[in-house]
Amino acid sequence: MARAEELLASLIARLIADARHVAVGAASPIAATACELLRALGKPLRVTRLHKRKGNPFTEGSRELFDLAGQGRIDYFFLGGAQIDGEANINLVHAEGRRFPGSFGSAFMYFTCRTVLFRDEHSRRVLVPRVEFISAPGWSPPEVLRRGGPVALVTGKALFRWQPEKRRFRLESVHPGHTASAVREATGFDYDVGDVQETAAPSAAELDLLRGPVAAHIAADYPDFAKRVWS
Amino acid sequence: MVAVRALIRRKARNLKLLGVPVLGLSADLLIGAGCVAEVHSSAVSLGEAGLAPRFSEAAERGEIGVVDYTCPAVHTALQATEKGVPFMPLRGVLGSDLVAGHADWQVTQNPFSAGKDPILLVSALAPDVALFHARWADEAGNVWVGRRRELATIAHAARQTYVTVEEFRGGDMLDDELLAPGIISATYVTGVARAERGAWPLGVADVYGIDDAHLAMYAKAARTREGFEGYLREYVWQERKSSLPA
Repeated sequence: MARAEELLASLIARLIADARHVAVGAASPIAATACELLRALGKPLRVTRLHKRKGNPFTEGSRELFDLAGQGRIDYFFLGGAQIDGEANINLVHAEGRRFPGSFGSAFMYFTCRTVLFRDEHSRRVLVPRVEFISAPGWSPPEVLRRGGPVALVTGKALFRWQPEKRRFRLESVHPGHTASAVREATGFDYDVGDVQETAAPSAAELDLLRGPVAAHIAADYPDFAKRVWS
Repeated sequence: MVAVRALIRRKARNLKLLGVPVLGLSADLLIGAGCVAEVHSSAVSLGEAGLAPRFSEAAERGEIGVVDYTCPAVHTALQATEKGVPFMPLRGVLGSDLVAGHADWQVTQNPFSAGKDPILLVSALAPDVALFHARWADEAGNVWVGRRRELATIAHAARQTYVTVEEFRGGDMLDDELLAPGIISATYVTGVARAERGAWPLGVADVYGIDDAHLAMYAKAARTREGFEGYLREYVWQERKSSLPA
């Protein structure tokens, strides 16, 4: 039986399976696990780790990440939000009177990379009808040059696909132990519903990789996370 | 951090902090100690230790001004100053509420495009002072920062640059081809002081790591005003050598 983190990592790995270069930050152990799983499966994936000296290839300072992304040299990036709305706008600044750290590079990276939105908490507090502050917009009018944008929203309960032409999410799958109606109840924005599946669990081979080489790799960069999931 | 603790002891006031591109423990300490009027940054956080509690509370209560950025806009604004131009364009950002918070940003039409192509212009930023810690300074006044080239960008753009260093080295590091790419030349450096373990509880690559336990302790203590004052008493008001791990 896969743990929740293993299920999410294998799901994200499927979403970014065509990636050649992914950048992963300090707050994204599950995304990092997904990348290591792809590498363990034999994909020639370059993973840039933003918070580690080892695996961080930048010699021009922290601006180089954005220069690299601005040229289209990073395929996928991961963003979250204190709030995320049904138009895929994200808010990292303030919500319900609370101040959060800030927008970081989101207002740029969301335009340059295909982006998987990830937030474990799936509640009406987080998934709101309209964000209080747009750190980075989910879509842009046609005259705005934009190579990247949302591809999917992954939460602890479900997977939503982004539909760029409709500018709306579509519920694609719910994770084992959750139901489509409970997801509707816990989601503050409206969305389309297709043929909703149960999110596929990692295969036995994937689980072996996750618990073997991937866990060993992740433990070096995210020791607390690895300990929680695999010990 | 040694310089930050000294600023608090000197009761610095009305500072405007610019995060390049983000701020952390230094900013949280200065804010909690009442040294700061405004914060300009893409984010303020303690990284893996979580939210910056003194920043969050001061921002929520409106005790400090906050101007929100996004990381590449900070770099672009400083790079404009490096080049001596009044502004530089930056892709992305359009449609973000960040734009409305900046009188120093403008959205304009790309003059070289035949079709509609709106683009953001970011005004140059020239900080009064750059302040950071580095590994080495030499007799010629050069400072070595290695791959942390954003420190060079800050030094190039700031009117004055003050640096604390782990160690002084003899000679001129620019004579060493392997060290030269990691150097900020003396041209940009106003003053240097030695401060061994001066980054603590943060780290210096290859010398000492981040003191994660200390950061976690701070993050917890600083959740309350009383806890924060206790931290200042212990680690700032009386800088005790013995509190610094060997």
